Amino acid sequence: MARVKVPRKSTAIDMTAMCDVAFLLLTFFILSAKPKTEDPVHADIPASTTIQALPENDFSSLLVAQGKVFFSVEGAEIRVETLKGMADQYKISFTPEEIKAFSSLENVGVSITYLKQYLNMTPKERSTVAQPGVPVDTTDNNELFWWVKNARKADKLVHNKELRIAIKGDSKEEYPTIAKIIKTLQKQKVNKFGLITSLKTVTK
Amino acid sequence: MAELDTSGGGKKGGGKVRSKKASTRVDLTAMVDLAFLLITFFILTTTLQKPKAMDLTMPDKDDNHNQLPVPETRTMTVLLGKNNKVEWYMGLPTKPLTAPTVTGFGKTGIRESLFEKGKEVMARSGKEMIVLIKPSDKSTYSDMVSMMDELNIVGNQQRAIVDISPMEVDLLKRDNIY
Repeated sequence: MARVKVPRKSTAIDMTAMCDVAFLLLTFFILSAKPKTEDPVHADIPASTTIQALPENDFSSLLVAQGKVFFSVEGAEIRVETLKGMADQYKISFTPEEIKAFSSLENVGVSITYLKQYLNMTPKERSTVAQPGVPVDTTDNNELFWWVKNARKADKLVHNKELRIAIKGDSKEEYPTIAKIIKTLQKQKVNKFGLITSLKTVTK
Repeated sequence: MAELDTSGGGKKGGGKVRSKKASTRVDLTAMVDLAFLLITFFILTTTLQKPKAMDLTMPDKDDNHNQLPVPETRTMTVLLGKNNKVEWYMGLPTKPLTAPTVTGFGKTGIRESLFEKGKEVMARSGKEMIVLIKPSDKSTYSDMVSMMDELNIVGNQQRAIVDISPMEVDLLKRDNIY
């Protein structure tokens, strides 16, 4: 008796479609990812057990390290409005090129009088300049105060939302620097803000 | 590679000798593997980088704000000193209800005291303990964050960050943590 021959099917699967999908997703993720911004100074953030996610928009962060303060706000539109507010405040006029340069600037770490010169540099030159940080003091000429104030105004104007402010501090930063910043925020009735921390688990 | 030989032996003998046609199919399995590996990598690196924050609410600094007197039996003052050390006492600095104690952070440190005293105050007055945090100039930012974190762990909501007074600085100096 002849055995019935079962036809052997190929086990190879056509991978073309899967490959297409995989690379499509890959492209999407690469393009949608925000390039990581390099902080002008390294801040080693402290850890805490209770944390909340921060919004991506309507968000401003104050980087504090080595006694310096760097101001940054999300969104090109808001940056432009903030700079306009600052220009009015300090009676400095900025050219359209300078405003454009500012809209892509991640951190402000120079005093307003030096900002014009700083914006006219090429990105490569900027990276070589050590930023002294935004001047903070308790007088009326507190630049950080006006940066935050104008950013809040700008956010209200552009998105009609409250700007969320977070402090990203280095864990070894001495308390007086932080106290100065908290006082600056409280002066404009910003009583609620975030402290950027990393997650740790409770040691029971 | 990932294919089984299914040619089935082939015909035997006879016929013209034909040059074997090379398959145009490329095995894409490895390429798919690589693509998914990269996707995984990108997803993990982007989502893990989102900043997270701990909320901090400060009391309103309004001058004409009605300030309620705080019973000293319900207040615990925590002074933050240098080298991640804290000193705590109940009541007023002039006549503390408990002697100031130097301790550290963590399970056996300030958390234990916060927990015990909180329960004590709760049992006595039926209200939550009020914790005043007074960071000295020698304390660091991480001390403040750790302290707020301890309060979050204990579940205390009645808290405030207050400026330190010279008397309390002297207290820290006496205990060698300033």
